[in-house]
Amino acid sequence: MSLALKIPRLRLKGGSSLWVGGGLVAIAIAAALLAPWIALTDPVLDANLMNAEIPPCWEFPFGTDAQGRDIYSRIVWGARVSLSVGIISQVCNSLIGVTLGLTAGYWGGWWDDVVSGLTNLMLAIPSLVFALAIMAILGPGLVSLVIALGLTSWSYSCRIARAQVLSLKSQGYIQAARILGYGDLRIMFTQILPNILGPLIVIATLGMGGAILAEAALSFLGLGIRPPFPSWGSMLSEARDQITTAPWLSVFPGLAIFFTVLGLNLLGDGLRDYFDPQSTTRRG
Amino acid sequence: MTTPLLKVDNLRIALAGDGVTYNAVENVSFEIGRGEAFGLVGESGCGKSITALAVMGLLRRPLSLGGGRIVLDGKEIQNVPAAEMRRLRGKRIAMIFQEPMTALNPLSPVGKQIAEMFVLHEGANWNEAMDRAEDALRQVRVPSPERRIRDYPHQLSGGMRQRVMIAIALACGPDLLVADEPTTALDVTVQAEIIDLMAELCAAKGTAVLMISHDLGLVANMCKRVAVMYAGRIVESQVADAIFATPTHPYTQGLIDSLPRLGERARRGRQRLREISGVVPSIANYPAGCRFNPRCPAVTDVCRTIVPEATPLPAEGVVRCHHHG
Amino acid sequence: MAESLLSLDDLAVHFKVGNSFAGGVKTLKAVDGVTLDVKPGECLGLVGESGCGKSTLALAIMGLLLPTRGTIGIDGQQISGTTPPDRMKMARTVQMVFQDPYASLNPRQTVRRTLADPLRLHGITDKAEVEARVIDMMAKVGLRAEQADRYPHEFSGGQRQRIGIARALILKPKLVLCDEPVSALDVSIRAQIINLLLELKDEMGLAYIMISHDLGVVEHVSDRVAVMYLGRIVEQGGWQEIFENPRHPYTRALIAAIPDPFHRAAISADAKARGEIASALNPPPGCHFNPRCPLKADVCVAEYPSFDEVSPGHRAACHFRDRVG
Repeated sequence: MSLALKIPRLRLKGGSSLWVGGGLVAIAIAAALLAPWIALTDPVLDANLMNAEIPPCWEFPFGTDAQGRDIYSRIVWGARVSLSVGIISQVCNSLIGVTLGLTAGYWGGWWDDVVSGLTNLMLAIPSLVFALAIMAILGPGLVSLVIALGLTSWSYSCRIARAQVLSLKSQGYIQAARILGYGDLRIMFTQILPNILGPLIVIATLGMGGAILAEAALSFLGLGIRPPFPSWGSMLSEARDQITTAPWLSVFPGLAIFFTVLGLNLLGDGLRDYFDPQSTTRRG
Repeated sequence: MTTPLLKVDNLRIALAGDGVTYNAVENVSFEIGRGEAFGLVGESGCGKSITALAVMGLLRRPLSLGGGRIVLDGKEIQNVPAAEMRRLRGKRIAMIFQEPMTALNPLSPVGKQIAEMFVLHEGANWNEAMDRAEDALRQVRVPSPERRIRDYPHQLSGGMRQRVMIAIALACGPDLLVADEPTTALDVTVQAEIIDLMAELCAAKGTAVLMISHDLGLVANMCKRVAVMYAGRIVESQVADAIFATPTHPYTQGLIDSLPRLGERARRGRQRLREISGVVPSIANYPAGCRFNPRCPAVTDVCRTIVPEATPLPAEGVVRCHHHG
Repeated sequence: MAESLLSLDDLAVHFKVGNSFAGGVKTLKAVDGVTLDVKPGECLGLVGESGCGKSTLALAIMGLLLPTRGTIGIDGQQISGTTPPDRMKMARTVQMVFQDPYASLNPRQTVRRTLADPLRLHGITDKAEVEARVIDMMAKVGLRAEQADRYPHEFSGGQRQRIGIARALILKPKLVLCDEPVSALDVSIRAQIINLLLELKDEMGLAYIMISHDLGVVEHVSDRVAVMYLGRIVEQGGWQEIFENPRHPYTRALIAAIPDPFHRAAISADAKARGEIASALNPPPGCHFNPRCPLKADVCVAEYPSFDEVSPGHRAACHFRDRVG
């Protein structure tokens, strides 16, 4: 639920979720875009074993890792990987899932059977394993990672979209649209889709967080971003054994993931409320 | 004058909003005699349902009792502790609701739900209670009761479920039955049967009835006295026949005139229905003075500022209107 | 004789329910042999309770369900099980007003868009003309032009129903099917909507099919009345004939079921129906109404009565049509 902060006589439009979430995501995106300028060092090349595992200090604000690389710079560059993986793969998942779910729910019949069968199949196979299989075929790397993650987690949005369509189908205004001569596609995309966006947006933002975490797992297994290129997930994985001895190795990437995923979720909440004409936090 | 079974005196129900408290219901007073059927009529939002909940002691936040007395058989019950109210409910006051599917437990056979009443309130053992449950179903004219006691609510039709509700409510012979729109969700022909059944059973057991409905005709047919509520207040209260023959409040007149009645068109040709202009106000927008004033065809300045007092009518009737007193 | 706008010929709509695993496939005969016609400018009242098939009939007339048997002729177009309707042409001929004003408007569309989109869809691209027609229609249903950019949740139930009516009429259809247009509205605003519907009918030369379980409304608005029970028409005739001289026991039961505080109806209370409405999955043998009929005899179980004339224009499907009443 979004909170609406009331500063005396100033009500934040859209609720604070939209602004806080949007702010966090904007920071992450800015870091990713401005990496070449705001990073202190080259994240791959500037590795000096003499500087290995130095705790945060003036020269290295987030400390250094086992290879002596500046963690702050690696986080800033790593934003590019995590965000592109997270956002692009989830957008892909949502597009596939919503299209399948929308059409399956609306048309029913054999198409619904096919889609439901496929969805059950996808839900039965752990998505990570599926992604692994795809990566094994495509080989490691950012593009394969995005493709693999983008093709394997659409079942949630599909299920939700389908369920929403089924519940809306019998609403008077859908029947009215048919009676007014609206074609099926027009009804699906102009009448139904806008009314089911809420949960879909939330799933999308949750999914982005999940993708970022999945990237961590795959990168750790050597199938995602291979070292020495930085990604938050692989940084986190690499630092697992040193949580007690060199906590900054895991804390900073962890915080980066945490705040980005939190920002995405809050943004999702805020957007859902923003697009709902009945929400009281909406402006106007 | 015998003590009435139920006396509601100056009831006020408060509704807590965003930092403001509204009076959802105020100045509501009525009496129901032993074995008498009393009707409370009004549209959605007028406060009739929450008045019934107040009588049952079922008000929950954000609603609360803001003032007034509820006297059952001479004893005030508006402030009794929860445990005692629980004992009263079911044993002395029972309630049936509009939608039996949500009021019945979908996971429990109907016979068991009736039997529970006997076990809880009369300390019967389960076997005895189930036998009595079968009897209760027979009394409400459910066919093949010996088989129906094992049915689940979803296996019964709407009319049957309502009969089960009546059986549960009347199981322990309560003194008062509160019925909140019991037939609104039913088909017309089934409705008639259920109303007849209720009237018959209550007459046989001497149970008084507080009948709540938006259908003035239905209530006037079944009840001895009728009170009409609008925006949280009782605007008129009379014996049933008089309410139709001589409605005195403009709202009641409007209600009666605005609905097409069978036989009217044959007698007078198709007349344009007399509309009540405007809309029912929401609780945050109750007008000052007489709450009906924005919609009243006979409105004058005094109506907009002063709340009308209760004016007596013949046969212990009451009306709240500046133009009748 | 004027050409019929709508003519249904032995229309049947059957559904298959269940599957081979769980108890076999059964046929639900929602509509089972309906022959009706509606002339331009006429209002046909369709009366029936739940399970009678009126909703299915409505969907079939609107072209949303294909007939299993029989044909539907609308303004020259023929629809049958093998000939689906031309959707765009249908949209300009027949439209519908829905029962629930809270579910029948797209919550994310402004009034303007709800009314303008259909015009654009049907080829009216000139912005000025679209705007003019939208504002004109809004005025006709009693809404102000400045409300055009509001969303449905900003309106009351009655106003939403007006928007629904505006939407139904924006393409200037010839026939409007009103499915319980006032049942979900507060009693005090029903008259406004009924009056509005009648005014628009006269002003725009529309034909109506008015589906309602409220006999008072049906009597008030209809020119002719058809009574449905379990998928079939059991009685049909002019409004006055049907209400003053009903010849089918079910019609008589419907009239008897209405609370009658003015004691005006021509029917006595013992015409009331008994028991529950049967399921269309398993209709009783012979005349479907026989289990509930006060006149039930052996012939009623043996044979379905023919739909014969009682007097010119007045038909009833009852073995005792000449003796009833």
